[in-house]
Amino acid sequence: MSAPLSLSDTSEEESATRGVRISSAASPARRRALAEALAAWTLAGPAVFFLLVLFFLPVLGVFVIALTDWQFGARSLSFIGLANFRQVFADAVFRASLLNTVVYVLIVVPGTVILALLIALLIESGKSCRSFYRAVHFLPFMATLTAMAIAWEALLHPTIGLVNQALAGLGLPTANWLRDENTALPVLAVIGIWQNLGYAMVLFLAGLKGIPQDLYDAADVDGADLWLDRLRTVTLPMLGPVSMFVVIVVALRAFESFDTVKVLTQGGPGHASEVLLYTLYRESFEYLRTGYGAAVAVVFLAIVVTLTLVQVRFMDRKVHYQ
Amino acid sequence: MSATTSTSRLSPPAAILRHAVLLATGALILVPFVWMASLSVKPPGEIFRASFSFWPAQFYGVENYTKAMTEVPLPRYMGNGLVVCVLILGVQILVCAPCAYALAKLHFLGRDLLFGLVLVGLLLPHQVLSLPLFILGYQLGILNTYAALVFPYVVSPFGIFLFRQFFKTIPDDVVHAARLDGLSEIAIVWKIMVPMALPAVVAFSIFSVVSHWNDLFWPLIAVRDQSLMPPPLGIMAFKNEEAGNDYGPLMAASTLVVLPLLIAFLAAQKWFVEGLTGGAVK
Amino acid sequence: MASVLIDSIRKNYGTASVLRGVSLSIADGEFLTLLGPSGCGKSTLLRILAGLEAQDAGSLSIGGRAVEGLRPKLRDVAMVFQSYALYPHMTVASNMALPLRMRRLSVFQRLPLLGHLLPATARIAAEIDVEVTRTAKSLGIGHLLARKPGQLSGGQRQRVAVGRAMVRHPAVFLMDEPLSNLDAKLRVQMRAEIKELHQRLGVTFLYVTHDQAEAMTLSDRVAVMLDGELLQVAPPQDIYADPDDRRVAEFIGSPKINMLEGVVRERGLIDVAGATITIEADAPAGAHLTLGIRPEAFHLADHGGQGVLTGSVRMIEHMGSDLFVHLDLAGIDQPLIARLLAERAPHIAPGQTLHVGVRPDRVLLFARDGRRLHRQAESGRASVTPIREGA
Repeated sequence: MSAPLSLSDTSEEESATRGVRISSAASPARRRALAEALAAWTLAGPAVFFLLVLFFLPVLGVFVIALTDWQFGARSLSFIGLANFRQVFADAVFRASLLNTVVYVLIVVPGTVILALLIALLIESGKSCRSFYRAVHFLPFMATLTAMAIAWEALLHPTIGLVNQALAGLGLPTANWLRDENTALPVLAVIGIWQNLGYAMVLFLAGLKGIPQDLYDAADVDGADLWLDRLRTVTLPMLGPVSMFVVIVVALRAFESFDTVKVLTQGGPGHASEVLLYTLYRESFEYLRTGYGAAVAVVFLAIVVTLTLVQVRFMDRKVHYQ
Repeated sequence: MSATTSTSRLSPPAAILRHAVLLATGALILVPFVWMASLSVKPPGEIFRASFSFWPAQFYGVENYTKAMTEVPLPRYMGNGLVVCVLILGVQILVCAPCAYALAKLHFLGRDLLFGLVLVGLLLPHQVLSLPLFILGYQLGILNTYAALVFPYVVSPFGIFLFRQFFKTIPDDVVHAARLDGLSEIAIVWKIMVPMALPAVVAFSIFSVVSHWNDLFWPLIAVRDQSLMPPPLGIMAFKNEEAGNDYGPLMAASTLVVLPLLIAFLAAQKWFVEGLTGGAVK
Repeated sequence: MASVLIDSIRKNYGTASVLRGVSLSIADGEFLTLLGPSGCGKSTLLRILAGLEAQDAGSLSIGGRAVEGLRPKLRDVAMVFQSYALYPHMTVASNMALPLRMRRLSVFQRLPLLGHLLPATARIAAEIDVEVTRTAKSLGIGHLLARKPGQLSGGQRQRVAVGRAMVRHPAVFLMDEPLSNLDAKLRVQMRAEIKELHQRLGVTFLYVTHDQAEAMTLSDRVAVMLDGELLQVAPPQDIYADPDDRRVAEFIGSPKINMLEGVVRERGLIDVAGATITIEADAPAGAHLTLGIRPEAFHLADHGGQGVLTGSVRMIEHMGSDLFVHLDLAGIDQPLIARLLAERAPHIAPGQTLHVGVRPDRVLLFARDGRRLHRQAESGRASVTPIREGA
């Protein structure tokens, strides 16, 4: 990483930070502290500026806009208090969206976490081919989801898709997966599991690596040497904190899913697969109902922040373990 | 892990079962990739035949991939993705590293407050900010330019956090020695800290490039011109145009979009896993 | 209670040979310490005995029963780990109860909820409770039973680890550096407690440490180990005063033993560092020998002469009752360290020339290959032969 040209000049910067003249009454220690503070704020300056402009002003902005009836492009706006929120919660589409999101999360989280745990345990239980299996299962997490959604669409195609062809071949019922309001959301959830599985698996693998071998040895000597006993005595309890963490992180990712909905269903059929982030996008940027969209954003933010705070609390709990 | 612990070694049947299960789940995971690659080399007639084989009877790869490269500006999309990712990453490192150094190694009034801001920033989902950022972009008159794709990401709270954590592990004495050697604070950042924190820089770079190469949400809002679209947005536009009639070239385009990261991942698996799950501290 | 027989154990990790044919026999009820620097293979030997690792060659028996291939559970050994290896999510009581539950309750009785419904479960669990409580009380941790390991101090954790090992009355106690995670003061206290525990229980203890003070104070016998080989197995006082091998002499004792190169002038006389010492060496004239002289074997002399080394004082370390005087001897790189009583040597200053006398019977002679050469006078006296490969 090469330094920015104008700033890398040592002597110039020296005079800027160290050579500052401060009233002669100040003690050397105080002068030194001031010089250090000045240097620190100079270094942090750009980051602070952008943090304020790109993160904190916008958050404030969302809250303010949510209290107005503003439509993007309109010349005037007026404050309407909590009317947007009342409208949001009265809106059947939003309620469906919220419910769908919760259902989606409730499918994706247990599915991802349980499968990932099983796969991680299996990978870690042997020595051979570990990194191969890890790579294969991790692949979907980093593949461009938009492109992979298109591949999924081909797989799920009612006539030429592999899924229906295979089901028909086995004599099982087929479906128009993405166009059927009973299957659209669960199918999206399956794709969500497919995508997040490897991520959760890698976190579990790291957790498994962190379990001291001494504990397994102690369990051996103590007689807990059958696979299930070892699992119950050492592995699962020691994975407790990691599991909680994985649950929250996967839940957050599930709440924030958007790409598959946008590419595959646009929230349809009807509003069967409409999720919060898609509602947020459509209200704000397609319908340009800016105030309403901001209110949805506030609700979304509240959910995500709550989840994160729960996670922080559990991470604190982890410390008590040791 | 002691390899020889008698009880932790799997018995042969258990070892076979392990491989069987993992190969099965692995194969299921790979189905979408394989299906995508398979369709990308099939002629339309074969795609719409109601029977499946992974290998085409007639290899149509050249036609499909040529069509993907010429009929839609796919090379342009990929170039856009590259430009945007490189710009974002470069600016992020320029902005975040000095701030992280100040947080990790300097004492000043307001440090805790600043670190608190970073942590709160870490917690905010970016999609929530999209509406005001869109308005900001509009006011600045930069919507529908490269700048629109880049500006929301010039500072990364995660980058600051990650660098700070890493810088903190570098002994203070290294900083003191550098000061005695006459390096300015900014020179310490670029000549001492960042080179020493190379693993963190690599991890963060992977995190940043993967997130922005794959991002659909913000580009969807920020640009309309086809000539500015990054790959996910471009391929979505391609799909909407084709309306599902021309699967071969569409799958070829998808394959090409996914391929660069996939190859990089397979080449540097360990770094990718670290970079992308290091983000889990979030 | 059981004796332990270790016969020609070998262990390789890849190409690295960790144990090169170790044989050792431990008597029933004996406290034997494996002493050696880190990486000498002592912990590996312990883990092989516990059944946590498998040897590449050699055989083991505990209490006359061959234990090859037996799971650790079936070997009737208990182990205290360096890290204590307490289960962090369980209370002290559950930690200590676990080995008993695993042995006395069947797989079905151990099932989470269902197990409680089976007839004998409650009775056995109550018995286990009683034993755990009794053991905990005997270790002074009865009041901690409801706590979790994270809430305990280092010393308390150590006691819990010992309690978990004790509660099922194993035939052999294996301890892998159990005190090395404690601070110095607590270590001395726990050392005494372990010794007391051994006397109380009277079972076989095999104790691994790199700390000579622990080895010397605790053991009936010490086995000194280096590079995967046992150099000497003997009672602590013999290990110190009568080492079989130059490496043992150098490993034991602090400050380190002085090693001086000498040449046999004629029968009964050895030239060393510009002086001559009268020692009946079992070596021909002209032979090169190494003289090992412990710092406390020196005494202050008024002037040079036979049996007296002369050098200039480089440095003095005051240790309270003693002084460690570092002397530069002509033609020798390493300074000689002499331990002198402070009250007898009040006026020593750096740069000064000093004469120190050596009592010939305190000099240990080593051949060039490191083997100990016994003096003529003591050659009749049998010393403990180290058990070596093939012995």
